Amino acid sequence: MFTDAGTSSFTQFLSLAAPELLPGRRPLPAGAAGEFAPHGTTIVALVCTGGVVMAGDRRATMGNLIAARDIEKVHAADPYSLVGIAGTAGVGIEMVRLFQVELEHYEKIEGAMLSLDGKANRLATMIRGNLGAAMQGLAVVPIYGGFDLAAGDPEQAGRIFSFDVAGGLYEETGFDAIGSGSVFARSALKKRYRPGVSVDEAVRLAVEALYDAADDDTATGGPDRTRKIYPVVMTATAEGTRKLSEAEAAAVGEAVVAARMENPGG
Amino acid sequence: MQFYASPEQIMRDRAEYARKNIARGRNAVVLSCADGVLFVTENVSTALHKVSEIYDRIGFAAVGRYNEFENLRRAGVRMADLNGYSYDRRDVTGRALANAYAQTLGAIFTDQTKPFEVEICVAEVGTTLQADELYKITYDGSVEDYPSGVLAMGGQADAIVSNIREDHRPDEPLATALRLAIRGLSSIGGEGGGNRTVSTPQLEVAVLDRRRTGRTFRRITGAALAGLLDQPAPPAEPEPEQPEPEQPPGGPAAGGPDGAGGSDQPGGTA
Repeated sequence: MFTDAGTSSFTQFLSLAAPELLPGRRPLPAGAAGEFAPHGTTIVALVCTGGVVMAGDRRATMGNLIAARDIEKVHAADPYSLVGIAGTAGVGIEMVRLFQVELEHYEKIEGAMLSLDGKANRLATMIRGNLGAAMQGLAVVPIYGGFDLAAGDPEQAGRIFSFDVAGGLYEETGFDAIGSGSVFARSALKKRYRPGVSVDEAVRLAVEALYDAADDDTATGGPDRTRKIYPVVMTATAEGTRKLSEAEAAAVGEAVVAARMENPGG
Repeated sequence: MQFYASPEQIMRDRAEYARKNIARGRNAVVLSCADGVLFVTENVSTALHKVSEIYDRIGFAAVGRYNEFENLRRAGVRMADLNGYSYDRRDVTGRALANAYAQTLGAIFTDQTKPFEVEICVAEVGTTLQADELYKITYDGSVEDYPSGVLAMGGQADAIVSNIREDHRPDEPLATALRLAIRGLSSIGGEGGGNRTVSTPQLEVAVLDRRRTGRTFRRITGAALAGLLDQPAPPAEPEPEQPEPEQPPGGPAAGGPDGAGGSDQPGGTA
């Protein structure tokens, strides 16, 4: 099995070697299961000059309860792309792990990275495989973005993709948001985003949008100043992916809160 | 009409067949040095690699028949990724991989009519020099580890090792180790078994960088390789009074892997 000529896809290899490790292959009891598992909430992604910025709040909820205050929902998928997850946290985190291994595995086997579109398609396939569980309340909807190494102009190389629960894949222009607070985050971005923002401006816009989401959506967490918990912010540029350090994220979060002291509506 | 052949004869024939064909190819050298584990081999192809990444801190090098060691390499990547996914990334070890290769090659040697004509090296870079692990697995599944930090593969591996073993210092920088490896490769196969010149474009060089976290494997090609080779050799007898520099003359990472012109993107293995 290991030495078969076979495939360059880790997921496909797993379906032969250890199918029980694949999400979406497990039999589920009848009935809705969504309320028993924590849900992750709002993620925003923006295209900026020379890449993308993605940020997520830190809250996971279980019905009316807060399941986690410091969950991380934005991850580097590979050295040039980012993935954020909303929906059932457990399934989403498993899917991100599998997706990370999938991309690395392909790169090692083939000696070359997948194209950005190829990576997005791969993620869409995983979501499609989860449709059965999604129908029972264990839905996961990711957002994906990255620096396209094949782009002619590195300034214009940032691209983001959104997905629907059935595995539909849509390329977005400019910005997008997912999760329970996404309506408010998207509205905030609609008013303030403009094409060609710098990375730093996009980081600020992303945190502002999360603040607006937390303002109106109970499931989205705002900056937690007592516990020093601030949104996870990541960038993907020609230099690769980078996660803002705790101090950097705290500085942006504090600046946003300070500005809202003057003008609560932003 | 059936002929009887004794098991000894069969095994001897297979071993001789494998050894003969391995000896026809080029050699490879793997060295442990201060900056990590260095792989150097001669390879006329820039697309078909003899040295590759297996996992975060594990590299793979091979000599012999390409399709056979490529098959083993893929199997190694699959096994490492499966274990890393099921358990944790730290639970993927070079020793486990070397054992798996030994089992596979041993089974092929005894069960199949033709053994694999390969010698492979599994190397794991440690956080310290002492923690480096170098394993060589040969066509019959025998596995050997090299705590000395000098490993050579191919038909004249023993000659290469005896030529460079004396001069190998594990705590030397990457550029020095690279020069030593090239000296080893060029010390055999010339006129009458003497020295010859190994040209830079034919070198395939990669390193498992000790100081990196996550994926440590990087290829060193093009300008980065030339820069590394151009570095002046450090003085043979360093002044004991002078404070030992952190890096070799010429800067960090021996000016190489991170330098411009290398093929490397972050984490890239292209």
